[in-house]
Amino acid sequence: MSRVHDMGGRFGDGAVRPEGEGDPVFHEDWHARALALTLAAGSLGKWNIDVSRHARECLAPKDYTAFGYYEKWLGGLADLLVNTGVLTREELAGADAGAISDLAERKLTSDQVAGVLAKGGPADRDSAVAPAFAAGDAVQTRARAGNVMVAGGHTRLPAYAAAARGRILRYHGTHVLPDSSAHGLGDAPEPLYAVVFAASELWLHPEHPGDEVVLDLWQSYLEPAR
Amino acid sequence: MPHDSHDHDHDHDHPHSLLPSDPALRVKALETVLTAKGLIDPAALDEIIDTYENRIGPRNGARVVAKAWSDPGFAQALRDDATQAVADLGYYGRQGEHLVVVENTPERHNMVVCTLCSCYPWPLLGIPPGWYKSDAYRARAVREPRAVLADFGVHLPEDTSVRVWDSTAEVRYLVLPMRPAGTEDLDEEALAGLVSRDSMIGTALAGAAPA
Repeated sequence: MSRVHDMGGRFGDGAVRPEGEGDPVFHEDWHARALALTLAAGSLGKWNIDVSRHARECLAPKDYTAFGYYEKWLGGLADLLVNTGVLTREELAGADAGAISDLAERKLTSDQVAGVLAKGGPADRDSAVAPAFAAGDAVQTRARAGNVMVAGGHTRLPAYAAAARGRILRYHGTHVLPDSSAHGLGDAPEPLYAVVFAASELWLHPEHPGDEVVLDLWQSYLEPAR
Repeated sequence: MPHDSHDHDHDHDHPHSLLPSDPALRVKALETVLTAKGLIDPAALDEIIDTYENRIGPRNGARVVAKAWSDPGFAQALRDDATQAVADLGYYGRQGEHLVVVENTPERHNMVVCTLCSCYPWPLLGIPPGWYKSDAYRARAVREPRAVLADFGVHLPEDTSVRVWDSTAEVRYLVLPMRPAGTEDLDEEALAGLVSRDSMIGTALAGAAPA
């Protein structure tokens, strides 16, 4: 436990406000610019998707709560640019930008955009870790949600799904472990599963006895159900 | 043991606080300094925006759904390996590297959320709508999906169970809505017209046949 982003099951957020299907993709021009800037800066190769998610999660809770969606992206991006040495704090603050960066040769050019977006970034990797579970197996999640390698680090086990009993629904193959990858500790690929939980296992007052929640969970988040 | 610097948890140390407080100016400031350092090509930003504003969006997903409704072989290919099946139609790329299609039936309604951030199948649906990224949806979809569906005007029968998929890894989920009754004579293009973005997230049902 836990950072501000981990909000599954939280009370008090009010109604969801649907949008029309024909509404603009970007409600403000700067939203589009923030998204594009984030993708283009990512292609400099100084961080991966897990590092960038962790940067957004590390925003101060009062900022995370106050910021709109793309403001969170911008906050995370600015912090990453400085923390990875791409920019100095002085440059970010608007001082003279100085010389062209050593990273300039990695700049994403407009003719490369289509190829880079089409190529994507698959997360499956070969792994020496053998699958310990098969579809139908009863499992339970770690008693506490958190990164076991890094205090306060990134993890993809939401707090609401800690210490819960479910069953393996589907094996996804071996994937990069974000708990490691977000902290420069390597891909550490391991088996990934879709695990299904009865709503009544997760919530004190489930809406309906037949409802279920599925999460994608890495093998090291799981143990055989006792 | 590596650990995050605790200093980074203090607000005053967050570099982003050095930027202007108006977010539009903040973007401008970042773009200006990155361009001056030779790290950003503004034309590449235009290209990215054009891609997601005009070329990649929910019509891609609607074509996949319509084809699955009208071609049992393709529907089976989706079940076997959705990533490959949609790649064969030309849909692949960032945030769509690992795709799974989940089918609605009279017994089970599927719905997708990302409680930790905003994971979403970009090549099939484009950039997610604001509500998908909102705290309210992220917080509530897993705990009270039926109340959330009611916010969208959707009311399921009591004997339909709801299965909510929380996209906690890089696997992206697309809901295959049920084909509306009375659409037997429609071709794929007409069928695709009945498939809304929200029906492929699971917060709506596919539309009725045109009268």
